[in-house]
Amino acid sequence: MKLLNKSLFYLSLSLLIIIGIWSLVFYFNILREIKESIDEGLDNYRRQIIHQAQNDTTLLEKDNFNGGFFSLREISQEQALSSKDRYIDTVLYMQDADDDAPELEPFRLLTTAFEDNGNYYELQIVNSMVEEDDLIGDLFREVIWLYLLLIATILIINKLVLQGLWKPFYSFLDQLKNYRIGTGENFPDTGTKTKEFADLQNAVTILLQHNIETYERQKQFIENASHELQTPLAIATNKLELFIEKGNLLNEQAESIADVMRIIERLVHLNKTLLLLTKIENKQFLDSETVSFNEIINQCVRDMEEISEFKKIEISVSEESELTTKMDISLANIIVSNLLRNAIYHNISGGFVKVEISENIILVSNTGDTIPLNEQNVFSRFSKSASNGSGTGLGLSIVKAICDLYGFSVSYRFENGLHCFRVFVK
Amino acid sequence: MKVLIVEDEKDLRETIATSLAKEHFVIETAKDFYSASEKMEIYDYDCILLDIMLPNGSGLQLLEQLKKQGKAGNVIIISAKNSLYDKLKGLELGADDYLTKPFHIAELNARIKAVLRRQKMDGKSTIETANIVLDIKDRTFSVNKKNIPLNRKEFDILNYFLFNKNRLVTKAALAEHVWGDYIDKMDNYDFIYYQIKNLRKKLSESKAEIEIEAVYGIGYKLVENEIT
Repeated sequence: MKLLNKSLFYLSLSLLIIIGIWSLVFYFNILREIKESIDEGLDNYRRQIIHQAQNDTTLLEKDNFNGGFFSLREISQEQALSSKDRYIDTVLYMQDADDDAPELEPFRLLTTAFEDNGNYYELQIVNSMVEEDDLIGDLFREVIWLYLLLIATILIINKLVLQGLWKPFYSFLDQLKNYRIGTGENFPDTGTKTKEFADLQNAVTILLQHNIETYERQKQFIENASHELQTPLAIATNKLELFIEKGNLLNEQAESIADVMRIIERLVHLNKTLLLLTKIENKQFLDSETVSFNEIINQCVRDMEEISEFKKIEISVSEESELTTKMDISLANIIVSNLLRNAIYHNISGGFVKVEISENIILVSNTGDTIPLNEQNVFSRFSKSASNGSGTGLGLSIVKAICDLYGFSVSYRFENGLHCFRVFVK
Repeated sequence: MKVLIVEDEKDLRETIATSLAKEHFVIETAKDFYSASEKMEIYDYDCILLDIMLPNGSGLQLLEQLKKQGKAGNVIIISAKNSLYDKLKGLELGADDYLTKPFHIAELNARIKAVLRRQKMDGKSTIETANIVLDIKDRTFSVNKKNIPLNRKEFDILNYFLFNKNRLVTKAALAEHVWGDYIDKMDNYDFIYYQIKNLRKKLSESKAEIEIEAVYGIGYKLVENEIT
């Protein structure tokens, strides 16, 4: 949830509660005010009626509400003395102008007693009251309007003011997203003096500087490690080559030397491959050009012609469409050659390799072992099939690393007795 | 032919020197930045093997120095760093080639020969030995002036062997040179054997007076036939 929406959410929630409580309180206060003022009116009527009744005795005959708003009833003295003024809410049948038939309407009823010429009367006066459900309905509508108006105002203020305030933050975030360590570009800048953002920028800059230092050190270390390893390996290889060239060796001796050379060769290859993998993971390949996988695949198949011929493996390429993407061309080559090499070397004599190129998928499928490889760790480092212990076990990890670098996905599946590697190019 | 080897590692320097001596080159060596700089200033070399990481300085600085003197064209950088930046920088400064350590002696040999060949560009692009001629530009091969068709890889193999005449070419070196990354490094070298067998057959059928000899099952050597 965006910060903006989040603050809006909390504001509207608290507003809802505040306005809800406020309107309840408001409602009851209003109701009380209304009743008080009606009761005052009733009290005035009472005095008037009692006053008039002294002059006009016909009033005393009025014992129901028909055509009036009061009724009188004669009561005994005891009753009169024990009675007190009572105000109550009641309902009466009444036909308003807008009603078809009489219906119950709320009224305020004052019951009181008075003495007139020694007789005691009970006087009931009514006054029509505001209908509570109407009041609630009206009030509710008003409150809803008020609420909506407030939310709309907050929304607009949020949008205009807050978004303006947060602008440096979002631009900073964008810069940070596009920032790549090791490319030597300027640090992300908020371009504001607002303290919080300036603090953030400082913290990020310090973090980045630290990261860059680590990155440089790591790069330096890899380079040094490479130098330190490659040179002794070069010496060992070259010395042995010269030694053999000298001749005068027994076949046995030569064989032992050949074994040692093979081991060194393997070390060389392993070292080179690990360096390549580290380089890919350090994103040190960021040359980007338009690469046609069709061209690369066809070239690669041509280059491996003799090898596949020797292994009696048929390679077929079917091109459904042109597949191009922007990436480092040497890495594209590595993806293709590693997949093809893998498909050829883990094959059987007389088998085949099929390469299918479609709009965004390269599918390499090959015959081979009838046992599926483990889908989970086929791309992990140093995972080797039991049948072939000579590879580095890094070829497919490199494919995976390159795919990860460019956001491609690569998967393995065993389908219809074929090992299928699928690269989904974005 | 005068060759300067600039390399700080004593063992490697000496190994390369020993190997190049077999080619009858005149070898000079330098073990650090200053001695290399001095030698480069005083003498002219047909080929300079230049390490990048040197005590007291970088090989790239030496290359700049050479460029100023207009002598950078015959430099082969030998570096442990397979860094694209160094490679581009080196080639931009006029180096002729970039070889990453570790390398096979045969590969170094072939690169040096290629540099020397380009340097002495006198319109000739052929290697001639015994009764054979290999035309590198037109990629043709002829024995007794008769054209013998070779496929792409056979041509590359023969070319490599001719650059390394009378020298050991290991199967690993050959595989790496001709098939590069495509061949599985550790896979059995039967495949190389098979390729060599085909090439040998063509050579003997065409009565070429060169021969590819096996050396202890480790590699091969191209020699001229002894006149019998």
